[in-house]
Amino acid sequence: MSENPMRDAISEAIASNDVILFMKGTPDAPACGFSARAAGALQALEVPFSAVDILPDPRIRQELSALSNWPTIPQLFVKGELLGGSDIIMEMYESGELAGALGVEQPDSDPEPADAQAPTLQIENRLN
Amino acid sequence: MPTAEDLRARIEAAIPGAEASVQSEDNVHFAAQVKAQAFAGKSRLEQHRMVMDIFGDQLGGEIHALSLKTETP
Repeated sequence: MSENPMRDAISEAIASNDVILFMKGTPDAPACGFSARAAGALQALEVPFSAVDILPDPRIRQELSALSNWPTIPQLFVKGELLGGSDIIMEMYESGELAGALGVEQPDSDPEPADAQAPTLQIENRLN
Repeated sequence: MPTAEDLRARIEAAIPGAEASVQSEDNVHFAAQVKAQAFAGKSRLEQHRMVMDIFGDQLGGEIHALSLKTETP
């Protein structure tokens, strides 16, 4: 048994999801403005992404921040790399950098329909 | 409870040569703009980290939110 199953579950989620947003609440029911903006930017780009609600278990945020060396939520990872928090996500969204990083069109051109959004991951139910 | 002025002073003390301005309506949610030569050559992520590291565990606690804009002069 690894001595830190939570941290392993988080790093495994980051490694196995191209686009993953750790946030407060869920994309459809965000619990904080910053998380809402970050999820909204991804939805506006119609990019499928995985979302992890950090609220159910405070250890998620603790272990995540230890891993990413980033103290606040939300945190967006693309292909295993931390892109940043809400400010950077929004700056990149407005400049078109986010669309580039995600390999999608910036919305003002006609976005192709993306497939259904990935379901919200429940990190804690992996700890059986 | 920290004030915008506290944050401004601490940013400028921690990052040599930085010019910071900080706003807050409730001393819980803050917005800071920081210009510093020390940011040169650093990614936006690292620049933001430099500022957030100043406040350590206060971030997410007393400082519920710190919205950042960083730039080099």
